[in-house]
Amino acid sequence: MSVMSYLGAIGAAQREAMDADERVIIMGEDVEANVYGTTGGGKSRSAEGDFTQRYGKNRIRNTPISEEAMVGAAAGAAMTGLRPIVDLSYSSFLYMAMDQFINQVAKNRYMFGGQASMPVVFRSAMFYGLNTGAHHSDRPYPMFMNVPGLKIVAPSNPTDAKGLLRSAVDSDDPVLIFEACILWGTKEEVDENEFWIPLGVARIARPGTDVTVVAISGSVPEALLAAEDLALEGVSVEVIDPRTLVPLDRNAIVRSVVKTGRLVVAEPAHRTCGAAAEISAYVVEEAFDSLKAPIVRVTAPDMQIPFSPSLEKQMYPTRFTIAAAIRRVAGLAPASEQTLLAALHN
Amino acid sequence: MANLTLEEMIEIQRRMMRIRLFDERASKMVKRGHIPGTVHTSIGQEAQVVGSTFALADGDYMSGNHRSHGHPIGKGSPLGPLMAELVGKATGVCKGKGGSLHLADFAVGSLGESGIVGSSIPIATGAAFSSKVLDNGKVALAFFGDGAANQGVLYESMNLAGTWMLPMIFLCENNQYALSTPAHTVTSGVIADRAAGFGMPGIRVENGQDVLAVYDAVKTAVDRARAGGGPSLVEIVTYRYNEHSEGLRLANDYRNAEERADWLSRDPVVLFRDHLIAQGMTVEQMDQLDADVLAEVDAAVAFSDASPYPELSVAFDDLYTDKETAA
Repeated sequence: MSVMSYLGAIGAAQREAMDADERVIIMGEDVEANVYGTTGGGKSRSAEGDFTQRYGKNRIRNTPISEEAMVGAAAGAAMTGLRPIVDLSYSSFLYMAMDQFINQVAKNRYMFGGQASMPVVFRSAMFYGLNTGAHHSDRPYPMFMNVPGLKIVAPSNPTDAKGLLRSAVDSDDPVLIFEACILWGTKEEVDENEFWIPLGVARIARPGTDVTVVAISGSVPEALLAAEDLALEGVSVEVIDPRTLVPLDRNAIVRSVVKTGRLVVAEPAHRTCGAAAEISAYVVEEAFDSLKAPIVRVTAPDMQIPFSPSLEKQMYPTRFTIAAAIRRVAGLAPASEQTLLAALHN
Repeated sequence: MANLTLEEMIEIQRRMMRIRLFDERASKMVKRGHIPGTVHTSIGQEAQVVGSTFALADGDYMSGNHRSHGHPIGKGSPLGPLMAELVGKATGVCKGKGGSLHLADFAVGSLGESGIVGSSIPIATGAAFSSKVLDNGKVALAFFGDGAANQGVLYESMNLAGTWMLPMIFLCENNQYALSTPAHTVTSGVIADRAAGFGMPGIRVENGQDVLAVYDAVKTAVDRARAGGGPSLVEIVTYRYNEHSEGLRLANDYRNAEERADWLSRDPVVLFRDHLIAQGMTVEQMDQLDADVLAEVDAAVAFSDASPYPELSVAFDDLYTDKETAA
C-alpha cells in the first residue's frame, strides 16, 4: 500500500493499463504535457514516468480542441482494434460531442447487431464547487444515464478511482467516468499493485441500521461526515456509494432500505431526472412496504451555478444539508444552532 | 488512366448493376409495404459509389450515410443479408436491429451507415487513426453528401486527419440536392476547394457518371494515403434519379425536366456497359451479366422471405456486452 491522491490513483491506473495492453492509447487536450497530472511521473517532462517518453507519441496524443472529432475518432479507433482512453478534461465539454456520444458511441454496437465493439473510456472532471462559473461547473452524468449503451462511473475516492478505471479500460462497452475535481486532492492508502473493481457493485462506505444514505461522487465524503454527526445523537446511518450509475447496483440499495426503512439520496447534480430521482423511484417501486418515512433527496437545485463563492457554496449537498435530511426521515427535530456549531468544530 | 483488367471492369459493372437492381427492387418493396419505413436509393449514383469502393482494398474501412445500400454492395457484401436487414429479419446483416439507415458489414470493412448526416465521418477518421497506430496498412474512406459538407464535424475531422497524416479519404457524394435544397444555394464556394485550407489535395470529379474517372481520382487518393501521404478530399458530382427517399411525394418538383433528361442521358450503368462492349464484350454477355444480377436480387428477396423475424427475447441483445447492465 502507498498513499495516493485521487488524481495520482488515476495516473497509476492509466500507467498500468498502458503497460498491460499495447492497444490502450491516451488522447485528449494537453495530455502530452501532463497538465492534469494523470499522464506523467512528476512535475517535469523529464521526470521518470513521463508518458510521452515511456510510451511514445504514437500512443499518447494531444488533440485539437475538437470534441466531436475526438470522441468520434476514438469510437472509430475502438471499433477497429484500439482501446482508447479519451481525456476530455472538463465534463462541460462533453456537450460539444453529444451527437457522437449518443448516435455513434452509444448506439453502434446495438444498431449494427453486435458487430461493433466499443472499448473506449471517456474521462472528464466536474469542476463544481471551485468558483469556475456556469460553463465549467456542470455535473452532467444523469443526462448520460438516460442514454442506453453507455456505462457511467463516478468514483468518490482514490481506491475506487484506480480500480474502476482499470475495469473501464477492460470493458468492451463505452464507459464515461465523471471525476469530481473537489476530490482530486483526497489521499488514502491505495494498493500499488494492479486491482480491478467491477462495474455495477456498490460499496458500503459506512454500515448502519437506522437510515440509508445513498451518496454519489463528491457527496460521499459529506454524507460520511453527516453520519458521524448523527452517530453522536445515537442515529446509525448506513452510507452507500453506488460507484457506478450504469450499471447501478439496485439490489445493494434495496437491501439496505429493507433493513433501515429510511432513505436519503444525496448527489451534486440537478434535482429533475437526476440519479437521486431514479434511485428514489426504484426504491418506491421495489421496497415501498419497507419505507417508514418519505424518501428525501438532497441535490443541487434546477438552476445555473452562480460564480460568487457566497452563492455557489449553497448549491450542493453538504454535511449539514444531508444531516438535516437524515433528521427529517428519522423523525428527529431539526438540529439546534448549538448542535450545528458543535459539528462544525468536531 | 485506370489500370484495370477486363475481369475487374466486368466486376465493376456487376457491382453497379447490383446496386441498380437491388435498389429498384427495394423501392418497389417500400411502396408495397414489404419493407417497413423507407429507403434512400443510390440509383443514378452507381458510378460514384463503385468507382470509390473499388479503389479500396478488401481490408480497408469505410463509413457512410443514409443513402446506404450502395456502399456495402459496392464493397462486396452479399445481397441476401442486406435485403433481410431492410425487411427487418433476424438474418439481416445487423440482425434486424439497424434497418436501411444503419447497414454495416464489418466483414467487408463497412463500419456502418449513419442516419445523421456527417456523423460517421469521425468514425472513419478513427479507423484511419487505428490503422496508423497499429501500422496495418489499411485506408479508411468516409462517404458524405453535399448536405453533410456543411457540418462542422467534417472540418474537425479534416483538421485531425491532416494534422496526424491519417490514411483517409473524405469522399463527398455531391448529388446536388440536400433533399429539395440545391447544394449551390446553401454552399459557399466549391466543396473540393475547402481541402486547401487543411493542406490536403482536393479533387473534383465533374463527371461522376463515368466510373473510371471516379475510380482514377479515388485510387490516386487511396494510393497516396497508403503510402503515408495523408488524407485527401474527393468531391464527385453525380445525380440521384429517385426522390430523396422512396414514397416521398413532394408538392413541388424542385428539379427541372431538362436537367433530369441531361443526367438520364448519361446513365452510368449504360455508359459502362457500352464501354465494355467497345472493349470486346458481346451484347449477349452483358445481357447475361444483367440476368445473373437479377437472379442474385431474386435470391436475396427469397432469402429474406424465408427468414424469420427476430424473437422478442433478443431485443436487448448487443445493447451491452453483458446482459446484466441492460436489466
